[in-house]
Amino acid sequence: MRIIAAIAKKEFKSYFVSPVAYVLITIFLILSNWLFFNMYFLDKEASMRVFIARMPWIFLFFVPAVTMRVWAEEKKMGTMEMLMTLPVKDYEAVIGKFLASFAFLAVCIALTISVPMTVSYTGDPDWGPIIGGYIGTILMGTAFLSLGLFISSLTENQIVAFILSLLVSFIFLIVGEHFVLYAIPNAIVPLFEYLGFGSHFMSISRGVIDSRDLIYYFSFIFFFLFLNVKSLESRKW
Amino acid sequence: MIEVKNLTRNYGTTIAVNDVSFSVKKGEVLGFLGPNGAGKTTTMKVLTCFMPPTSGTATVDGFDILEDPLAVRERIGYLPESTPLYTDMMVEDYLSYIAEMRRIPQAQRASRIKRMIDVCSLRGVLKKDIGALSKGYKQRVGLAQAMIHDPAILILDEPTSGLDPNQIIEIRQLIKELGKEKTIILSTHILPEVSATCDRVMIINEGKLVASGTPDELQNEAAGDSVLYVAITAKQSDIESTFANINVIKASECISHSGGRYSYRLVIDKSQKDCGASVFQLAVERGWVLSEIRSEQLSLEDVFLKLTTGDN
Ligand SMILES: Nc1ncnc2c1ncn2[C@@H]1O[C@H](COP(=O)(O)OP(=O)(O)OP(=O)(O)O)[C@@H](O)[C@H]1O
Ligand SMILES: [Mg+2]
Repeated sequence: MRIIAAIAKKEFKSYFVSPVAYVLITIFLILSNWLFFNMYFLDKEASMRVFIARMPWIFLFFVPAVTMRVWAEEKKMGTMEMLMTLPVKDYEAVIGKFLASFAFLAVCIALTISVPMTVSYTGDPDWGPIIGGYIGTILMGTAFLSLGLFISSLTENQIVAFILSLLVSFIFLIVGEHFVLYAIPNAIVPLFEYLGFGSHFMSISRGVIDSRDLIYYFSFIFFFLFLNVKSLESRKW
Repeated sequence: MIEVKNLTRNYGTTIAVNDVSFSVKKGEVLGFLGPNGAGKTTTMKVLTCFMPPTSGTATVDGFDILEDPLAVRERIGYLPESTPLYTDMMVEDYLSYIAEMRRIPQAQRASRIKRMIDVCSLRGVLKKDIGALSKGYKQRVGLAQAMIHDPAILILDEPTSGLDPNQIIEIRQLIKELGKEKTIILSTHILPEVSATCDRVMIINEGKLVASGTPDELQNEAAGDSVLYVAITAKQSDIESTFANINVIKASECISHSGGRYSYRLVIDKSQKDCGASVFQLAVERGWVLSEIRSEQLSLEDVFLKLTTGDN
């Protein structure tokens, strides 16, 4: 437990020593706020529906940028050899790094507080969907994180990690979309619909917290963390 | 302390370490010697449980590297070859991170870190980013992290590479000092380093163990014919006919003469022990004036070349 905390602390700090983190946060905040406000003052609708609906697409680019260096850099710099010859279990290293990137993501999401503040100041919003939307956003972002971390552990090239994570995340985003569902045989429609992020995200962000959606996200996150541990175990580099 | 049995490690089709067995006793300082690509680093990576062997086993302090990797890692301090460090961390933060990861109790952490700062002379760079350090200072940080938990075993891959001469001497002294109570495996290309620090040397070539012993043993074992330089004042024809009649002198060659003084290079068969004394005896018998006698010692360097180049 202390080891996990030590790794998480060190990794979290390391996000903030490079200017990249600040650039990322800035872009994330500008993009999410702009996409929201440019519609908001036209519609005058006191809700965050638009904001929440755009989060998956922002995360599609943002989260791979957060996770790409986590393992790839260690492999490239050779520090993996230091880390993996310390008395550390593979899963401790994986969870430590996961917690650090989760904390980073949480900070970024927390910084969008300006949006709900504006909404509540200018109108009288229904808080259910806003809170649900935030929960859905965190779950989806965390799912993207675990996927991106796993992919980062497969390569020592950050750019490759970024592009691959983006592609695979994109697939999970669109498999449940209507245009895909129309194109595939009826028998596998429920499967695709279940696998895709869309339906789970939408139902949570309507403010309906269904245990099936939670199970979907948690098993998704767990599955990729598990794969991450496995990929460390099979180190052949 | 360390037992290695039939260790083999392949990278794809390359056999990096080929059926190597050896053991290291407690308190022994073992030097790995071998040309580039011999498999020294690979052996160390397997012993430190960074990667599994393709076949064979090893135990460290009684713990199997495959079954108990954490127990093995706890007992080892490891300095990897190119000293990989987190370049974006300050030296101070890095050492306390490693101290934490090594599970050094909170109460002892500060004093252990301070000890490492003193031993590796890091006082002046504590607040610097590791990425901004010179190679030698990075190496010192690498050594500090390897020793911070006071491990029973140290595995150091080229510990003195990149250090300045003063620092090299200091580190060698440190290794000798540590070697009194710790078990150490180090690899190096610098031959005098082996004689200076190691109790035992293993020469590895193309993944195979080709020789093992104390530096002295290796020198003697690999010694071939000895070479003697002598300078004699006498009649040249007398000298040459005498040399020609002695069987153990396989070759003699006059390299220079001035006045009546002739310098010869003699190749003497390895069966002849103590050839200097015999030549001296000979000179007395013949009534020669022997003004110089010098034997050429086969150095560890020659042993190394002999064992690791194909032409022998
Ligand atoms: N990651 C790797 N992938 C493929 N082959 C490798 C890898 N690492 C080492 N090798 C090969 O294994 C062999 C042994 O390499 P190793 O690094 O153990 O040698 P070494 O004795 O440490 O050499 P040096 O003195 O140059 O450090 C070499 O032929 C090398 O090319
Ligand atoms: Mg090497």
